[in-house]
Amino acid sequence: MSARESWRLSARALAAAVEAGECTPLEAVNCGWEGPAVAWERDVHAVAHADPEARAAGASSAAGGPLRGVPVVVKDNLCTVDYPTTCCSRILAGYHAPYDATVVRRLRAAGAVVTAKSNMDEFAMGSSTEHSCYGPTRNPWELARVPGGSSGGSAAAVAYGLAPLALGSDTGGSVRQPAAFCGVFGLKPTYGRLSRYGLVAFASSLDQVGFFARHTGDLAVAYAALAGPDPWDATTRPEPAPDVSDWDRGVEDLRFGWPANLWAEGVQREVVEGLEEAAARLERAGARRVALELLPGDYAVAAYYLVATAEASSNLARFDGVRYGFREEGARDVRSLYTRSRSEGFGPEVRRRILLGTYALSAGYYDAYYLTAQRARARIRQEYRAALSRCDFLVMPVAPTLPFRLGEKLDDPLTMYLSDIFTIGANLAGIPGLSAPVGPAPGGLPRAVQLLGREDGEGVLLRAARAIEVRGARALLGRAHEAEFAWPTKR
Amino acid sequence: MAIPPDEVRRIAELARLEIRDEDLERLAHDLSAVLDYAQVLRRLDLAGCEPLSFAPPEAGLRDDEPDGRGLSQADALAMAPETEGGFFVLPPVVENLEP
Repeated sequence: MSARESWRLSARALAAAVEAGECTPLEAVNCGWEGPAVAWERDVHAVAHADPEARAAGASSAAGGPLRGVPVVVKDNLCTVDYPTTCCSRILAGYHAPYDATVVRRLRAAGAVVTAKSNMDEFAMGSSTEHSCYGPTRNPWELARVPGGSSGGSAAAVAYGLAPLALGSDTGGSVRQPAAFCGVFGLKPTYGRLSRYGLVAFASSLDQVGFFARHTGDLAVAYAALAGPDPWDATTRPEPAPDVSDWDRGVEDLRFGWPANLWAEGVQREVVEGLEEAAARLERAGARRVALELLPGDYAVAAYYLVATAEASSNLARFDGVRYGFREEGARDVRSLYTRSRSEGFGPEVRRRILLGTYALSAGYYDAYYLTAQRARARIRQEYRAALSRCDFLVMPVAPTLPFRLGEKLDDPLTMYLSDIFTIGANLAGIPGLSAPVGPAPGGLPRAVQLLGREDGEGVLLRAARAIEVRGARALLGRAHEAEFAWPTKR
Repeated sequence: MAIPPDEVRRIAELARLEIRDEDLERLAHDLSAVLDYAQVLRRLDLAGCEPLSFAPPEAGLRDDEPDGRGLSQADALAMAPETEGGFFVLPPVVENLEP
């Protein structure tokens, strides 16, 4: 099987082709790089680091397993021994990690091969992948628009066909929102289900590694291979990860919560139409709708941008120009070495968030801001628990708008932060979330819905995503599988 | 609530960041906008809500026990901007008072 055919396959189909001897691991790994997808990279710029030799070495040592020979794109904030790990920041330029992140180690053990590190907002701080020291990633569906962020490179790479599977990280929606903007599936598991060992920390109590794929089944296989306790991350949940092998079982016994108060105003019409479409598909598949109300997202945004920046200001204190990364030369004393290295090494959005977090934690403001935000976090978690006691999962928007234009929100940080209004709650509450495509809006931009579940409810989310996928998302994705080299349509 | 530019400077010093004069006003404005927005939390009924630092599982977490693994000295030093004799090199921490 040639690269011209195999680049469109799912991860499972590609692994099966390798297993059956229809293609070699090297052919499978290179399919996105030698097939028609490669022309997209010049326009989209999803990749931060690539290395043909590392790819070939990975293919030749690929283990047997459910992902044998499957190329996977990994976000640039996950440590890999064979590629640089820079968080797309000048302060980590040229940095090579001495070890693989646990999730990367488990990927390789399942037979997968890392084929690139993807572009991202610097240190995962952003919602558009415009804050990268390597320049922005563009949305493959319309190049003038953003792919979402912060894992925009991973989402775009899966969308245009560089790889069937990618890893990202989700602190406030950084997997779900770019998945929605790029028309692919994105899963943020329950907090503590995927190890954070080797994930460069942004906000430790919120960070969670997640997946991108073009098929629900690929998410299930990847989750099964990577989830579970890790002795190197004390915040992983100690019991084995939930079984998700019944992702294709249907939704007849499930009830979905429908918090329509959230989109009564301030949400783009096409987004609401996407929600209705997804709900109709779920109902046709036998699921029952439960109308309920949920706390508006404003509170979550406010709590999040205090908690996350406070944790970031602490986590990013380690970048000081001494042990690794960028050092500004010529400093006369230690203090100016720290200050000058950090000021030159961090980009403007990272500096802004460090300042905000330092403010929220500083003497005199700690109670008013940080402590209040932590109490609000408890309240928000209670709200989600109460809602999810009345249903098996929630259906709501991923973002209030379809993909916005490059530069549109760059000068107004608060407006950019508000694009996370529907995704942040899941991180504060620690629950799993899945972004599922529902087909294009008139005009061709992807639409998506967000499914939120109970802790360890990943299996329910995958079943629901599958019910939506079977009757419609396939039509969107079908262009990759049926039309010859013409997906997405270049505009 | 507007944060005065002097306060931004003070915070920046705590965070070991340098702010250029021409960026100061803008930064004060951006930070004030987010902190103003955060005032919505005052409308939220927080009675009985204890501060939650992260969402722990019902079963609790395992003990955080060291397992003896670690980086070798060579690995730990490999990516440092400057090393000497197995140490990280820094500019002077204490001023040399000798003439």
